[in-house]
Amino acid sequence: MALTDGTEQRRPRAPLAPWLKGSLLTLGSIAVTMLGLLFVTFIIGRVMPIDPVLAIVGERASQSTYDAVYEQLGLDKPLLVQFFYYLTDVMRGDFGMSLLNARPVSEDIARVFPATLELATMGVFMGIVLGVPLGVIAAVRRGSWIDQVARVVALVGYSMPIFWLGLMGLLIFYGILGWVGGPGRLDIFYEDIVPARTGMILVDSALAGDWSVFKNAFSHIILPASLLGYYSLAYISRMTRSFMLEQLSAEYVTTARVKGMSERAVIWRHAFKNIRVQLITVIALSYANLLEGSVLTEIIFSWPGIGSYITTALLSADMNAVLGGTVVVGLIFICLNIFSDLLYRVFDPRSK
Amino acid sequence: MSEVTLRQWLLSDAPTSRRHARLASLYKGWLSFRSNTMAMFGLGILVFLLLVAAFAPLLAPYDPFAQSLSNRLQPIGVEGHLLGTDSLGRDILSRLIYGSRITLYIVALVALIAPVAGLLVGTVAGYVGGWTDTILMRITDIFLAFPRLVLALAFVAALGAGIENAVLAISLTAWPPYARIARAETLTIRSSDYISAIRLQGAGALRIITKHIWPLCVSSLIVRVTLDMAGIILAAAGLGFLGLGAQPPSPEWGAMISEGRRFILDHWWVATVPGLAIFTVSLAFNLLGDGLRDVLDPKDSGQ
Repeated sequence: MALTDGTEQRRPRAPLAPWLKGSLLTLGSIAVTMLGLLFVTFIIGRVMPIDPVLAIVGERASQSTYDAVYEQLGLDKPLLVQFFYYLTDVMRGDFGMSLLNARPVSEDIARVFPATLELATMGVFMGIVLGVPLGVIAAVRRGSWIDQVARVVALVGYSMPIFWLGLMGLLIFYGILGWVGGPGRLDIFYEDIVPARTGMILVDSALAGDWSVFKNAFSHIILPASLLGYYSLAYISRMTRSFMLEQLSAEYVTTARVKGMSERAVIWRHAFKNIRVQLITVIALSYANLLEGSVLTEIIFSWPGIGSYITTALLSADMNAVLGGTVVVGLIFICLNIFSDLLYRVFDPRSK
Repeated sequence: MSEVTLRQWLLSDAPTSRRHARLASLYKGWLSFRSNTMAMFGLGILVFLLLVAAFAPLLAPYDPFAQSLSNRLQPIGVEGHLLGTDSLGRDILSRLIYGSRITLYIVALVALIAPVAGLLVGTVAGYVGGWTDTILMRITDIFLAFPRLVLALAFVAALGAGIENAVLAISLTAWPPYARIARAETLTIRSSDYISAIRLQGAGALRIITKHIWPLCVSSLIVRVTLDMAGIILAAAGLGFLGLGAQPPSPEWGAMISEGRRFILDHWWVATVPGLAIFTVSLAFNLLGDGLRDVLDPKDSGQ
C-alpha cells in the first residue's frame, strides 16, 4: 500500500479534463457570487436604522427582556458569526418572520411569487412572439420603414418610464375604452372560485376547466403583460436585428445566395439558425429584467406579486421581508444568468 | 481672426501645436456630430432643459409650493394655469420647471460618482492584474448580478428615503459596467509600446494610470454615461414614484406622477404631464448618446 501511495505521489498529477476544470471554475464563481449577494443583503440589514430587538419586544420592555432577545437574535456575536447564522438560515429557506403579520417571510414569498411569475412569463412570451420577427425583418429590410418603426419602438421603450406608461394604459384601455379589467388579478366575484394549485390563475382556471374565471383573469393580466412585453420587445428586437445583420454580412450567406437559394431559405434556414443560441441568451436576460421591471408594474396594477410585496414591506419598515424578497429576486436573477451562460456553452460549438 | 480662417485653421492637416491638433479633432468630431439630425435634436432639448433649470425663478409663473385649495385640479389650458393645477391647487407648469433642477441634480451627481468609481476600480484591476484583478472583478460581478432597481430599493430602505440617498443607491448600482469598460480599455492600453516606454523612463504605476490610462478611457466612458443617463433618470423617477426618492412637497417628476396617480381616471393631466417631461428628457439623452457613440466610438455604432 505504502509503495503504491509513494509512486502515486511521485507521478505528476494528471491535469483535470478541460470541461471539468471549466465547470469547477463556473461552480466556484457562482458560489462566490451568491455568497456576495447574501453578504450585501446581510450588511444592508445590519446598517439599517431600525432596531430589530425593539421591533420584537416593543418600546416598553424591560432592559432584561431587551438583553435576552438581543442575545437570542445573536446580535452579541461577532459580525462574521452572525453572517454565518444568516447563511445557514437562508440555506434552509428561512428568512425570518415578517414584522407585519408575524408569518414566516418564506411562506409569504411562496404565496406571492406565482403572480409575478405568471405576469413576467406572459410578458416575455409577447416580447418573443413580436420582437424576434420584428428584429429579423428590420435586419433584412435595413433602412426600410419597418426598420425605422423597430428603431422608434426600441428608442421609446428605452426612454419611457414604465410606471407612467402603465398608468396611461390603465387610463385609456380601462378608464376610457373599458376594454380590459382594472387593477388586481381578478374581479371580486371571481376570487377563490378555482382551487389554487400552481398559484397562477390562468393555469389554475384552465386546469379546473372554469373558463369564465380564465376569461376574467385574462382581461386583468393582458394590460400589465403587454406593458412588460413592450419593454422586452424593445430589447429583443434590437438585439435580434444586430445579430441578424452580423450573420447577413457573412460570406456563407453570399455563397448561399449565389448558389441560387431562395431568400427565405437563406434568412430562416441559414442566418436565423445561427443566431438561435445568442437569442436564447438574450431572452433569458430579458426574462430576468422583467422580474425586476415588474416591481413598478405591480404597484401600478395592484398586482399581488413579489414586487408589490417588497415595496409594501419597505414602506412599513418590515426589513426581514424586504431582505428576503431581495435575496429571492437576486438568486433568480443569478440563476437565469447562469442558465443563459450554460446554454451558450452547450449549444455554441465555438465555446468548446 | 475671421471665421473663414478660423475654420481653415481648425481643418488644417498639419497642426502646429498639440493644442491645435486637439482643437482640430474636436472640431471634426463636432462636424460629424452636427450632421446627425436626431442627435442635434437631443442636444437641443437638453440645452433647453439646462436653460429652464437655470432660469426657473424667472420662467415659473407661480411659486411651485404655493397651495390654493379653491383652485385645485384645474384642467389644462385654464386661465392662468397653462398645464392646470394639482390636488393642492399648485401650478403644474411651475412645479415642472422647478422639477427640472432636481432631475439635473440627480443625473449630474450619479454621472459624476458612478463613472469615477468604475474608472478607479477598472483601471486598478486592469493595470495591477493578478489577485487584485480577480477580487475587484468578483465584487463587480456580484453587483452586476443584482437586479438594479431591487438593489437600489434595499439600499434606500437601509439609508432612509431622500434625494441624496437615492443618488447614492443609484450610483451603487450603476458603477459596475463602467468598471468593466475601464478594465477592458486598460488591458489593451497596458501592453502597448508607449506604456513600456514610459515605464522604462521610470514612471510609477500611479503616474501611468492617472496620466496615461485615464485620459484614454474617458471617451468610451462618456459615451456610456450619456447612454446611461436615460436609465438614471428613469431609476430616480421610479424611486420618487415609490416615495423613496425626493419627498413631498418637492416637485420631483416621479413624485408628481405618484401624486397624480390617485386622480388618474378623472384628472388625467396631473400624472400625464410630468411623465411626458421624463420621457422627453430621457429620449433626448438617448438620442445624444447614440450620436456621441457614432462620433467617439465608431467601431461599435451598430451601423
